[in-house]
This record gives sequence, C-alpha cells and structure tokens, in this order.
Amino acid sequence: MVRKPPEAMQDVKMRRDAALSALVGGVPYIQFLGISFDRRGDELTALLPFDQKLIGNPFIPALHGGVTAAFLEVTAIIELSWSLLWEDFESGALSLEDLQAGALPRLPKTIDFSVDYMRSGLPRDAYARARVTRSGRRYASVQVEAWQDNHDRPFASGNAHFLMPRREES
Amino acid sequence: MTDRQTQNAKQFIEAIPHAVALGMELTQIGDGNAEICMPYNPQLVGDPKTGVIHGGAVSALMDTCCGAAVMSHPDAGAGTATIDLRIDYMRPATPGQRIRTQAHCYHVTRSVAFVRATAHDEDGDNPVATATGAFTVEGR
Repeated sequence: MVRKPPEAMQDVKMRRDAALSALVGGVPYIQFLGISFDRRGDELTALLPFDQKLIGNPFIPALHGGVTAAFLEVTAIIELSWSLLWEDFESGALSLEDLQAGALPRLPKTIDFSVDYMRSGLPRDAYARARVTRSGRRYASVQVEAWQDNHDRPFASGNAHFLMPRREES
Repeated sequence: MTDRQTQNAKQFIEAIPHAVALGMELTQIGDGNAEICMPYNPQLVGDPKTGVIHGGAVSALMDTCCGAAVMSHPDAGAGTATIDLRIDYMRPATPGQRIRTQAHCYHVTRSVAFVRATAHDEDGDNPVATATGAFTVEGR
C-alpha cells in the first residue's frame, strides 16, 4: 500500500495559522478589544492585553464587568467556530486559498450567555480558554474560564449556548 | 432623585472609560431604574457578513445599565460589583440602529441586589436581548 508522505511541518503550521487569523481577523469587535489567540496544535488560548479603555471602575481600578463578559463570549465563539473549521481544513475540504479569499463558514449565534464573576479583574493582561461540552447539529454548549496572573484562581467563568450555523448543502 | 443627583449619576456613568469607549449615554436614572443608549458603531460588529453588533458589546451595555440601576436604588450603596449576569439573545440587533437598555433593580437585601434588564433597537416592540443579574450591595 502506498501512503501519502506526511505534509511538511511548516506547511501544516502555515495553513492552521492562516485559518485562525482569517477567523479572528474578520471580526471588528475582536480587534476593538485587542484580543488575540495563541495556538498550540488545536488548543487555543485567548489573550486580552490590558488597556485603559477596558476599565469599568476607575477608583479600584478594575476591568469592566462587560469587558470580562465580552472576552469570555469572544473566546467561546472562536473556540466553537475553530472546532467546526478544523475538520474542514484538515480534511482539505476548505483550502488555504479559500480561507484567504474570505470563504469562512458562518459564525454560530449566541442563544444565551451566563457569567459568574469570582473576583474583580485587575488592570493587567487576561487569558481565557473555552471547551465545547456539546456540539450538535443545531445547538452547542460551551464552557469558558478566564484568569490573570494565576491560572488556579480564575476571575470569571461563563456558560454559553449557541445556535449552529446552517451547513451548506453539498 | 433630584436633578442634581441625576446629573451626578450621569457624570459618574459617562466617566467610566469603557462606557466612553462604547459611546454609552445615560438617558434616565432614579429609584432603581436606569436607561442607557449605545449608538451603532462598525467597530463593534461581531459578524462581518451581517454587520450585526457583537453580543459582547450588548453584554457590556447590559452590565453597565444594571449596575447603574443598583446604584440609583435608595436602599443600595454608592458602589456595586456584578456577582453574576445572564443574557438571553432573542434576535440580532438591526445594523445601523442604536441599542437602548432599560434596567430595573427589583429587590435589594443587605448584601445582594437583584436586577432585570431589556435591550431594544429602534423596534420598541421586539426586544433584542434580556438580562437578569445579581449585584453586590456595598457600604451599608
């Protein structure tokens, strides 16, 4: 049996990074908040660098609760979209050229989102990771958690439900 | 609330750096009720294919409005922090329209304030989103 030779590592990395940046770079609100994503294999970590405009209480000072909620929601949507996108571009159904030309699948829509605030967000960088707990044909559930200096002491967590984008007829 | 207190509350809310970044305007406040508006801004778009505002920006608006409602309640202190907030998204806000949120702090205990909020775009009959939250009561 003849097996296809494995792809060169740099090609794999380039394709995955291009897919991620096409997904993230297309959303104005993610740029507005300054969020970026760090990728290790298929695992994503969201990074929210501190900025003065993210402050909600100038006296403490603390991150705005709405910023924290938005950061968690952005992380949850990107994680879910990434997991949907992953199969398509790893199997070759979606090529690098398609992605760069803007042929991204539609984003899932948030049905509801619930945030728990464990402690106040400090005026410094924040990180978040999400986990898709259920991914069905129509609905998905995602858990997400954010931390700052110490990963064992998250400052907020969230739970979201999404309406899945309709798969294009093939 | 006197005009003076309303004016102070308006200045306080509109001085929050993130409220400024989102262009929020406090249009009504007093006795546990608050109304805040946020203009449409292309920078806040969450889905570039539709031009619809990101849910996160709506969350920030809801959170601010709920916090303002708590602070305006006669039985709550001058400061507050969110304990939890849950948002239900009924439909996407129409691109180009401003979003108006009304929050009502309907119960306050010694340490917790309970709040409900609704967000509308220019269609006043069909809400875009609703929220329920619990907030801390401070300085009592």
